[in-house]
Amino acid sequence: MEVALAIVIGVLYAGGLYLMMRRNLIQLIIGLGLLSHGANLLIFTSGGLREGGAPILEEGKKAFAAVPADPLPQALILTAIVISFAVTAFALVLFLRTYEVVGTDDVDEMKETDT
Amino acid sequence: MILLPVLPIILPLAGAILCMFFRKNLIAQKVFAVIFSSLMLTVAIGLLMSVRGGEIAVMNVGNWPAPFGITLVVDMLSAIMLVLGGLMAVAVSVYACFDLDQGRTRFGFFPLLLIMMMGVNGAFVAGDLFNLYVWFEVLLTASFILLALGGEAAQLEGSIKYVALNLLSSALFLAGVGILYGMAGTLNMAQLAVVVQEGGHGGLVTMVAVMFMLGFGIKAGMFPLFFWLPASYPTPPAAVSAIFSGLLTKVGVYALIRMFTLVFCNDIAFTHGLLLVAAGLTMLTGVLGAASQHEIRRILSFHIVSQIGYMIMGLGLFTTLALAGTIFYLIHHIIVKTNLFLVAGAIKRLTGSYDLNLLGGLYESRPGLAMLFMIPAMSLAGIPPLSGFFAKLALLIAGVQAEAWWIVATALAVSLLTLYSMTKIWAAAFWKAAPADALPCKEPADWRLFLMPMTVLAILTVCIGVFAGPVFSLAQDAAAQLMNPAGYIHAVLGGG
Amino acid sequence: MTSIILRTATRYMFPPLLVFSIYLLLRGHHYPGGGFVGGLIAGSAFALYALSFDVASARKLLRFDPRAVTATGLAIALISGLPPLLSGKAFLTGTWWNVPIRPGVTIAIGTPVVFDIGVYLVVLGVLLSFVFLLAEEE
Repeated sequence: MEVALAIVIGVLYAGGLYLMMRRNLIQLIIGLGLLSHGANLLIFTSGGLREGGAPILEEGKKAFAAVPADPLPQALILTAIVISFAVTAFALVLFLRTYEVVGTDDVDEMKETDT
Repeated sequence: MILLPVLPIILPLAGAILCMFFRKNLIAQKVFAVIFSSLMLTVAIGLLMSVRGGEIAVMNVGNWPAPFGITLVVDMLSAIMLVLGGLMAVAVSVYACFDLDQGRTRFGFFPLLLIMMMGVNGAFVAGDLFNLYVWFEVLLTASFILLALGGEAAQLEGSIKYVALNLLSSALFLAGVGILYGMAGTLNMAQLAVVVQEGGHGGLVTMVAVMFMLGFGIKAGMFPLFFWLPASYPTPPAAVSAIFSGLLTKVGVYALIRMFTLVFCNDIAFTHGLLLVAAGLTMLTGVLGAASQHEIRRILSFHIVSQIGYMIMGLGLFTTLALAGTIFYLIHHIIVKTNLFLVAGAIKRLTGSYDLNLLGGLYESRPGLAMLFMIPAMSLAGIPPLSGFFAKLALLIAGVQAEAWWIVATALAVSLLTLYSMTKIWAAAFWKAAPADALPCKEPADWRLFLMPMTVLAILTVCIGVFAGPVFSLAQDAAAQLMNPAGYIHAVLGGG
Repeated sequence: MTSIILRTATRYMFPPLLVFSIYLLLRGHHYPGGGFVGGLIAGSAFALYALSFDVASARKLLRFDPRAVTATGLAIALISGLPPLLSGKAFLTGTWWNVPIRPGVTIAIGTPVVFDIGVYLVVLGVLLSFVFLLAEEE
């Protein structure tokens, strides 16, 4: 399972970086999205994959029946997903505005700030 | 007092909320922004006083004990950074009251500024790696909007470069966090330091260290991925550029200092050696880039890059003196750089341009403004007795002691080139006669009041130079605290 | 873009979605749920309304400006962290009060619930700011 996830993470990173180096704004933003998904999966995998119940105690019990899965990586990922959701939403608005103002979605055409 | 470490986060948030409630009332927003940033400064000074003796203020948010909950830690470095952050927030919000156009103010400049300050302060007090990540994202998101605010074409293009590279660095940072968690089972920085010290993780720690170096390095504007900085910083209005150039890259430097003194010190020869090489290249490329520019703010932006190099150099040398030099440099640089951007903004307000080819004769017509530029510019170049001289001196002495001759030589050469580009601005904007097609100067009615924040910062620059002794001993105490992480670990984790 | 099927469905979907979002919000302290999901579901109810009718009527339905909703939520979340300070505990420490509503029946009201209500409003406000902004761009 770890191997499969490791390959998936690698593919996500490779795809994300490849798309980030394209000239199109939409591809750039999809690339950023893939990259953050890769990072999230990496946290999930390196936190340890374990078969076990949810770490929520049944009512009236004081101990878990089986060793539960580690909830922290999932909490971290949830936070990271929320953040990347907000940032992606903002980036979409920004890119849309840029497309309207500059009149192109080709990154190579945006030379005004080049030094 | 138990409340203190969290106040630098609560205060700007409260200010931002108040500003959001008074969305239509711009005067109220200005008042709130100035009041709350002054409160922040006051609290930060109080914190610095209370940790001055060497103890570390720790607070476990929600009463969850330390390696499990979110811990806020204020040591001397954090406190110094908080004071500087507060100072810049006050200066910039006062400046923005005069200079910022109606449209941007109406769209929420002040609440965004305060939210960004919340992120900056949060990053300075975070004692937990994931918390640090979250604060970074808070400040980045606010800075994205501040940068794009107004929506001019150049601004938007700069924002895209800024957003893309900073999100890449966040992804790297997050991946590093994931690997560290898998390795150590904790993200509390003190606990991480303990786990890494125990050893047994082989090359994995070094690999993660390089990942963090890249992630924070992008945010700090370190070689080789600094290109977003000169592309984006010169595009927004002066108030935004000033707070960005003063604080944002320095949060990256702060994170580098924190991680590479506390956690990643198991393979110093490699990681810190790499930092030193990156520092040298950062200095050099930054200053060479600046030499080829003809627009005031582009020159200044490239100089940020070159000066990040000096700060990283102190970290790379990794001795108490070198770190003290880095901290002194941070103090000096944040004040001076913000001031230079504000003065550039004043020049623009007066003449309508940043372009050196269109400026001229300002020394004749505005000797006061010329003085205000002269002090930080000469300090930046390292002319005694101004603050920059002592900062560079400490770093050079540390370099000589470590016998790292090539970095000393680079630092000296870069210093000379810095002087060259400062004199270039000076000669073009202030000394040469105004060109025939120069834009007419018109002095706004509130000009004297408007110059107040710059004057205060210039006086501070001189004071840091004149009273370099006490300031340097403060930096040295902070550096000694950093070089001995046992105190930090003990303060966070208790007896263990 | 507006189809009669979507509009009719939205009219029936809207109230249950809002009720469900409140249910998730209140359930969230001990079971899966919470302010974030609740806010998202409430936000998607309004977004659905904006899609099937138009943004102006969705704004009218919300009554308050999304940014004001965000600010209120932030204020509530911030205030929820303050009560423990009175008893000398750290910021955001969970504090509970048993509030009697009838003789013999009390419900526990705690700062985490208040914090969650703040989160709910922030998520709702931020989501709708984006959705309305993007929908009005067209």
